[in-house]
Amino acid sequence: MRLAVLGRKLAWLAGTLAAVVTFNFLLFRVLPGDPVTLYARSGHLTPQAAAQLRSLFGLDKPLVEQFWIYVRGLVHGDLGFSQAYHRPVADIIAERLVNTLLLVGLATLLVVGIGVAMGVVSASRRGSKVDSATVFGSLVFWSMPTFWVGMLLIFAFGTWVKILPTRGISTVGATFSSSFASTLDVMKHLILPTITLALVDIGQFVLITRSSLVDVLTEDFVTTAKAKGMSRRRVVWRHGMRNAMLPVVTTSALYIGLVVGGAIQVETVFSWPGMGELTFDAVKLRDYAVLEACFLLFAVTVIVANFLSDLLYVWLDPRVREA
Amino acid sequence: MAAILRPEDATKSRAVFRRTIHELWSDATGRTGIIVLMIVTLAAVVGPMLLPFDPSKVGSVAADIFARPSHAHLLGTDELGRDILREFLAAAGVSLIVGLSATVISIGVGAIIGLVAGYFGRWVDALLMRFTDFFLVLPTIPLVIVLAAIFGQNLEVTILVIGLTGWPPIARIVRSQVLTLRERQFVVRVEAMGGSHLRLMGLHILPNVAPLIFANAVLVIAGSILAEATLAFLGLGDPVHVSWGTMLHFAFATGAVGRGVWWYFLPPGLGIVIVVLGFTLAGHSLDRILNPRLQERR
Repeated sequence: MRLAVLGRKLAWLAGTLAAVVTFNFLLFRVLPGDPVTLYARSGHLTPQAAAQLRSLFGLDKPLVEQFWIYVRGLVHGDLGFSQAYHRPVADIIAERLVNTLLLVGLATLLVVGIGVAMGVVSASRRGSKVDSATVFGSLVFWSMPTFWVGMLLIFAFGTWVKILPTRGISTVGATFSSSFASTLDVMKHLILPTITLALVDIGQFVLITRSSLVDVLTEDFVTTAKAKGMSRRRVVWRHGMRNAMLPVVTTSALYIGLVVGGAIQVETVFSWPGMGELTFDAVKLRDYAVLEACFLLFAVTVIVANFLSDLLYVWLDPRVREA
Repeated sequence: MAAILRPEDATKSRAVFRRTIHELWSDATGRTGIIVLMIVTLAAVVGPMLLPFDPSKVGSVAADIFARPSHAHLLGTDELGRDILREFLAAAGVSLIVGLSATVISIGVGAIIGLVAGYFGRWVDALLMRFTDFFLVLPTIPLVIVLAAIFGQNLEVTILVIGLTGWPPIARIVRSQVLTLRERQFVVRVEAMGGSHLRLMGLHILPNVAPLIFANAVLVIAGSILAEATLAFLGLGDPVHVSWGTMLHFAFATGAVGRGVWWYFLPPGLGIVIVVLGFTLAGHSLDRILNPRLQERR
C-alpha cells in the first residue's frame, strides 16, 4: 500500500475523532437547565452552594477552558464522574465493556458466517425457490424491531417452553461447583440475546453478498471458467466470492454502526449488564456523565471500524492498492 | 429515467410518473408493497373512526386487566383494561405520521445539501461532504437516544431528532447524481444563456433528481418508523400520543411477556413489521425502476 494512501486515511481518522470529541462536548453543554441543579437533584440550592458546586465542576470557567480540561481528561482515561453510581465513569465502563464485547462478538461471528454463506447459496441458485425465500426472509427479519424479536424469544423460550434463561448474565444467587459450570451458566444466558441480535442483522449481509455475487457471476470470465469445465463450487468461491468480497467488507463497517444500536435494545430487553443497558439506565436516571461517555465510546468504535474497513478495502482491491 | 426532463416538459414528467406506477405495479415486489401500504393506511385512517380509542376508559374490575381476546374485546385488554384493538388502530396513525414527517425533514435537508454540494462543486462540495460524512459515520440509534434524552419527550422532538439524523445518505446520493447532471449539455447551455443558479438548480436539475429522491424517501420512511419504535420502546416517546412502540414499551414494562399476554405485544410488533416491510418492498422496487445506475445494468 502506498504510504500516501495510509497517510490520507490516518488524517481522516484523526480529523473525525477530533470532530466527534468536540461534537460530544458541545452536545452535552447545550442541555436545557442549569447542570448544577441537575447534579443537586433539586432546585433548592443557596446561591453560595450553587457557586461552590459550579467551581467544583469547573462550570465557572470559560467554555474553551472547559473543553481543554475535558480533552485532557479523556487523554488520561478520565470519563467523568457518575452521579447515579457515585463512581468514576471509566470504572463502570471497564466492567461493562467485556460483556458487550462477548455478546456482540459472538453475534457478529454468526451474522458474517451464516449471512455470507446464505448469500452465496442464494446467488448461485439465482431465481430458484431457495433464492426468493432467502431474499424475502432477509427483508422480513430486517423489518423487525430488534427489541420485539427479543420479546418474542423471551415469550417462546422463557415463558412458554421454559428452557432458557431470559434475564442477566448468570443465575442470581447460584453457586457453582466448578468454573466450567459457571461458564456453562453464562453461555446459557448468552444464547437468546445473541440469536436476537443475529436474526435482525443477518439480512443485510445476505442481501449484500447475494447482489454483489450475482453481479460478478454474470461477468465474462465466469462464463469462461464454467466453459473450461470448472466445478460450480470452484467457480463460485474462487472466481466469484474473491471479487464479490469488497462490498461485503464495506457493509461490515455499516454493520458495526447498526450492531451498536441493536446491542442497546437487546441488552435492555434481556437485562444484559453491558454498555447498552448502561446507556439505557443512564437515560432513565438522567446520568449525563455516563450517557456522554457511552455515546463517545460508541461513536469512536464506529469511526475506528470504518477506518479499518477502509484499509482492508484498499488492501483487498489491487486497483485501489496500486493507484 | 432515460429521458432528461426540462421545465417545459410537464407532460413528459407526467408520462414518466405514469410509467413508473405501471412498472411498480407489474413488479411482484412492488405490487405487494403497495397493497400492504394501502391496507395499513386505510386501517390507520378509517379504523379510529369506526372504533375510536378512549385512553381514559379503563377497566372497573380486576378481570378487565389483561383480559384474553373475546367478543367484547377482539384483541383483549391492556394493563389498564383498555381495548387493545382500538389502541392498536389509534397508534397506527402516530407511527405513520412520525415516520412520514421525519422523512420529509431528512429528504429536505439531504436534498438541499446534496444539490448545493453537487451544483457548486469545489470547496463548497468538499466542505459539505466532510460535514455529511461526519454525520454518516455517527451511530444513528445512540445519537437519536442521546438527543431525545437531552431535548425531552414529545412528538415534535421525536420527529426532529429522527429527521435530522437520517439525511446524510440522501445528501450523498443526490450529490453524485447532480454531479453527472451538472456536466450535461442542457445545463451548460442554460448557464451560458445567463440562467441564475437558483433557476438552474430548481427548474433544471431538481426535476431530474426527484425520482431518485422519491425512491430513497420510501426506504427512509421504513427506517424512520423503526427508529421511532425503538425510541418509544426505550421510554423516550411521547407519553400522550401512543404509537406502536409506546404500546410495546408498556407491554414490556408491565410484564406482559412473562405473563404470557401475547395479545398485547404481538399486534403492535406485527404492525411495525408489516408497515416497514411494505415500505421496504415498494422502495426496493422503485429503486430498481428509477435508479439510473441500476437501470444501465438491466
